[in-house]
Amino acid sequence: MDQELRELYQQVILDHNKSPRNFKVLDHSTQDAEGYNPLCGDNLHIYLDVKDGIIKDVSFQGSGCAISKASASLMTSILKGKTKEEAERLFNKFHDLVTGKLGENPDIDELGKLAVFTGVQEFPVRVKCASLAWHTMMNALHNKNERVTTE
Amino acid sequence: MTIKAQTPVITNPSLYDVEIIRKDFPILQTKVHDKTLVYLDNAATSQKPLSVIRKAQEYYSTMNSNIHRGVHALSGVSTEAFETARIKIKKFINALGKNEIIFTRGATESINLVAQTFGRTNLKEGDEVIISEMEHHSNIVPWQMICNEKKAKLKVIPINDDGEIIFEEFEKLLSNRTRIVSVVYCSNSLGTVNPVRKIIKAAHAKGIPVLLDAAQAVNHIPIDVQELDCDFLVFSGHKIYGPTGIGVLYGKVNLLESMPPYQGGGDMISKVTFEETTYNELPHKFEAGTPNIAGVIGLGEAIDYVTRIGIENIALHEKYLLDYATDAVQSVPGLKIIGTAKEKVSVLSFVLDDIHPHDIGTFLDFEGVAIRTGHHCTQPVMNHFKIPATSRASFAMYNTQEEIDILVNGLNKIIKVFG
Repeated sequence: MDQELRELYQQVILDHNKSPRNFKVLDHSTQDAEGYNPLCGDNLHIYLDVKDGIIKDVSFQGSGCAISKASASLMTSILKGKTKEEAERLFNKFHDLVTGKLGENPDIDELGKLAVFTGVQEFPVRVKCASLAWHTMMNALHNKNERVTTE
Repeated sequence: MTIKAQTPVITNPSLYDVEIIRKDFPILQTKVHDKTLVYLDNAATSQKPLSVIRKAQEYYSTMNSNIHRGVHALSGVSTEAFETARIKIKKFINALGKNEIIFTRGATESINLVAQTFGRTNLKEGDEVIISEMEHHSNIVPWQMICNEKKAKLKVIPINDDGEIIFEEFEKLLSNRTRIVSVVYCSNSLGTVNPVRKIIKAAHAKGIPVLLDAAQAVNHIPIDVQELDCDFLVFSGHKIYGPTGIGVLYGKVNLLESMPPYQGGGDMISKVTFEETTYNELPHKFEAGTPNIAGVIGLGEAIDYVTRIGIENIALHEKYLLDYATDAVQSVPGLKIIGTAKEKVSVLSFVLDDIHPHDIGTFLDFEGVAIRTGHHCTQPVMNHFKIPATSRASFAMYNTQEEIDILVNGLNKIIKVFG
C-alpha cells in the first residue's frame, strides 16, 4: 500500500471502523445531537451523559466511511471521564491536527490515540469525515439542537 | 452428469481502434499518484479531445468578438461560427429548425428554463407534474420550486429493484391535471435506459407534453427528436466531450413560441422603451446576454468529433465495456451491482460489503483510478435501495478492457485491507 494511504488508513482506524466502540444509543443520555455530511452521506448521532460538568458516558450511532466511523469511535473512548473544558480543548486540538495546523509531527503526549489521524491533513476532502463526530459532540455538549452539517 | 454453465466470451465488436482514439485525449496521459490515469468518471464529465481544446484556443486567438452585434469583420466571423454550431446541433438531434435549439449553461439551466416559463404559465393550483424516482436532483428541484409556488403537485413514478420505471404506475399517474411529464432518458446513477417512446406515446395520448433529460443519453444513444416526438429535450455539452458551462434546450417550435422569455437582457429583445419591450424571435428570445461563445463553438466541434467516430460505434464499444465490467466484477467477493435494468448505458454502480464508497474512492485514486462515490445527486434513488451512497464506474469511448482490469484488481486489494 502507498505510504500516504497507509498513513490515512492506519491499523487503529481500520480496527475501530470494523469494531466501533460505544456504538449504541445511550438510554441515560442527558444531551445528544445529529451530524450529517452531505458529500458522502455520513450520518452520526452522538449521545452524552453529562453530570456536574463531567462526561460520565458517551456513545454514537450512524453510518459513514472508515475515517468518520473510526473518528467517532476513538472520540467516544477518549472523552469518557473528561470535563466539559477538557473536551473542548481536545476538540480544538483535534481540529488543528486534521487541518494540518500542528504539522506532520504533532505532540503525541497531548493527543494520545488521536494522533492516528495525523495522515488526514494530506487529504483535504476527508477532513470533514474526520471532524464530523467532534463537531456533533460539541453541539450536543452545548445543547444545540440544530443538525450539524459539514457544508 | 452436471453441466457447467459456460461463461460467454465477451468480445469487442467496436469498429474503431481505441488506442488511436486515446491519442486524441491528452489528459489520458496524466499520471495520478505515479500511475497512469484510469478515468472512469465519465458520467460526471467526459474528457475533451484535442480538436475541442484547440477550438477554444482558436476562437480566442482569431475570432474573439461579441456576436449578433458588431458590424466589424470579427463580429461577423464569431457570429457565423456560433450559428454554425447551432446548425450542427440541430442536425445532430434532427430538430426541425435551428430556432428550436436554445443555448443554456447546461441541462440544469435548460430544465429550470422550462419550469420557470412553461411551468409558470401552465401550472395552476391542483395541477400535476410527473417525474420519476430516478431523477437527478436537477430534474426534481426546479419542478418542486414551481409546484410549491403554484400549489401544484409533484407526482413520482416509482422504480423497481432493478432500477426500472414501473410503467403501469406511470399510466395510473397520468391524469387530466397532468401538465407535463419530465423524465430522464438514461439514469446517471443506475445506467437505466428508460422506455421513453412508450412514455411519450402514453402522455401524448392525453395531450400532455414530455421533457426528456438526455444529459446521460446524448453521448451514448443516437437522438432523433422528431422520431422520439419529445416536446423538450435537454443536455449538457461537457458530457459529450465538449466544454463545461454550455448546454442545450431543444423545444418544439410552437411550444417555445407560446412560452414567455426566461431572462431579460440584451439579444433577447427587438425593441425596448421604458414603457414596453418587444421580444426577439426564436431562439434569441431565450438567450439573454452575451453567451458562452467559445463554449458553443467548442460544443459544435465536439459534435463533429463524435459524428466522425459515429455514435453507433461508440455505443457498441461502450456496451462491450459494460458487459465486460459487469462480468468482471462478479469475481469481487461481496460486490453488489446497484442498477440491473435490462437496458443500460455504460454506468456501473455498486456497493462492496459494508466498505463505504468514500474509502473505495480514496483507495482507487491511489491506483490511478478515478470513479465517482456518493449519492450522485440522486438521493431518492439511494433511499429506494436503502444505501447512503454507491461507487460508480462509468465508461466512455476511450476506455479499455485493461482499465477495467485495473479497477477490479484495485477492488480486490481494498477487500484485503478492510476484510
